[in-house]
Amino acid sequence: MQRFILSKKNHIMLIGAILIVIGFTAELGFKNEAIAVLCLAIASILGVAPIAIQAYQALKVKVVSIDVLVTIAVVGAFLIRNLEESAIVTFLFLFGAYLEQRTLNKTRSAIKELTEMAPESALKQTATGEFEEVEVDDVDVGDVLLVKTGAKIPVDGTVLTGEGHINEASITGEAIPVGKKKDSHVYAGTILENGTIQIIADRVGEDTTFGKIIELVEEAQDSKSEAERFIDKFSKYYTPAVLVLAIIVWAISKDIELAITILVLGCPGALVIGVPVSNVAGIGNGARNGVLLKGSEVIHYFSKVDTIVFDKTGTLTVGNPKVTDKVIYDDNIDEVLSYLASVENESDHPLARAIVEHIGDTKFYSVEKTDVVKGGGVVANIDGHRVAVGNVVMMEQENIHLSEKSREDIANLERAGNSLVLTSVDGELKVLMGIRDQIRPGVKEDLQKLKRLGVKNLVVLSGDNQGTVDLVAKELGLTEAHGHMLPEYKASHIEDLKAKGHIVAFVGDGVNDSPSLALAQIGIAMGNGTDVAIETSDIVLMNSDFSRLPHALGLTKATSANMRQNIVIAVGVVVTLLTGVFLSEFVNMSIGMLVHELSILVVILNGMRLLGYKLRR
Amino acid sequence: MKKATIQLGTLTCPSCMQKIENATKALNGVEKESVNVLFNSSKVKLDFDDEKISVEDIQNAITALGYEVKKSQVKDK
Repeated sequence: MQRFILSKKNHIMLIGAILIVIGFTAELGFKNEAIAVLCLAIASILGVAPIAIQAYQALKVKVVSIDVLVTIAVVGAFLIRNLEESAIVTFLFLFGAYLEQRTLNKTRSAIKELTEMAPESALKQTATGEFEEVEVDDVDVGDVLLVKTGAKIPVDGTVLTGEGHINEASITGEAIPVGKKKDSHVYAGTILENGTIQIIADRVGEDTTFGKIIELVEEAQDSKSEAERFIDKFSKYYTPAVLVLAIIVWAISKDIELAITILVLGCPGALVIGVPVSNVAGIGNGARNGVLLKGSEVIHYFSKVDTIVFDKTGTLTVGNPKVTDKVIYDDNIDEVLSYLASVENESDHPLARAIVEHIGDTKFYSVEKTDVVKGGGVVANIDGHRVAVGNVVMMEQENIHLSEKSREDIANLERAGNSLVLTSVDGELKVLMGIRDQIRPGVKEDLQKLKRLGVKNLVVLSGDNQGTVDLVAKELGLTEAHGHMLPEYKASHIEDLKAKGHIVAFVGDGVNDSPSLALAQIGIAMGNGTDVAIETSDIVLMNSDFSRLPHALGLTKATSANMRQNIVIAVGVVVTLLTGVFLSEFVNMSIGMLVHELSILVVILNGMRLLGYKLRR
Repeated sequence: MKKATIQLGTLTCPSCMQKIENATKALNGVEKESVNVLFNSSKVKLDFDDEKISVEDIQNAITALGYEVKKSQVKDK
């Protein structure tokens, strides 16, 4: 019975509206008291039924909800035979709830779009070797799955057989299809645009990259800032407090009408819904535009950021450096280059890759006793020789003599904006290489936008030499540039900035900068859908798209402002109504309810504006 | 111990969260600290002892409050 009434809430609302119209027409138009009373009484009783049921259920679990306040108020109005009031209040309350649901769904739509991209079924190989369609939840790690053209990849996996092109936009934001063949990795939620492949499941469900992104966004939209936790706590006591206030007013004034009016006016609707609505719309806008924001605390801090610290390689620059200069100090250069290529071939450092690419086809030796010196380079044994590859600091640590000429070369290359890699064999400097990286296109304009949005300090920290870093800083208009930064120096520099009272965001690629990402108030990862980036940071820029950064900052500022507006609207409405009821004749129960429901709609609509937020030029 | 994620019909009033939270916390076998009602995604996440209570019982407690349960997922913890 209870459930039946609740499920028919919308019908009840409609019948209520019709009865109210008939009632008022009868009373005002035909002066027919009897029909008017009958209609309004039925409308009241019908209308209060679902509200009373919800109130009863709330009280059962010891919650004084809005339903409780409204039920008491309506019953009170009914008893003092103010039927117009009781009928209109119930109708407005139900109608308000209906509109709230409709509009709330809109604010949540952006995130829903994302979750709906999740794969639902898979073609799984059975014991007989046939493929049968199963729900994606029934796929386990190690299962063999068939994916046909146009289908979604159901899990993260590895291609066993077949070839095809996959659109990975859901993970990377990049819409150009990527070719896949045997042993390629494929990701859940991406779409096979052509070809047919069989894959083996490596990670399923929430463990897939896509699953993690969804989980992150879902948790972010419901994460609470300090202000919100305060409002929650506040509303827990606020509603009972309104009840107590009404009882006190009644006890003193003996005016039931005033007491029940207070019950209706005190409803905290807009206050509790205002902040979550801004939050979900803001995060939804981000998710649609390649910016993952991890919750409202992040929004709060990032909107106030005054200092942004950048990693250089891969963040401000393309991260695909090339060898541009080479100075040789030995005649037997081919062997040295072979040693160098052998050492660097084992590393996936961008500079190492540039060197291997530059040297090209050569003889590779086996490398022994490799020792990676953090922020310096690599020392290894090859063919009985001690080979050291790294920067100037490391050469000094290795006690390698740097001649007058080599020092001059180093200074020259550094001034031209090169990263330096020196190679020594058995304690003698053999070759010096200058490697340069291109600045990402558009970065300069994006940094200008950040400045216009109120960021005062733009800092670059890099492990590269000062010359390179200064050059980049000058070209991009950064305010501070520090070279020769080991990861731990970067972290302590961020610590210093924080100690000076700055609110610091750090932008890095998320892999080797995790201490800095964690230390800064806001860690921003240029994520390429990698797990590390998603987990260690507060904000992820999908597909490593730097141009998303100004949007992210503008969006958090807009969201934060939106939350404040909603709090002001909500508190303002309650205060105005409560003063109105004591100081004027104008405010009654129906008006109170109407204004309340309107204020709830206003905060939701205000929140919805964020869905369409775009950074102005 | 099991971990349940229960997908509800759209939640619209924040006081619904409080109701669902209190109702599920009151169930014997549900880990009180673990109960998390997500307003915007309309989900309940909680840990429970499957020897004391089944996920169906938890679902019933929620539907008894008048909220629709769409589906639930149970995982080992």
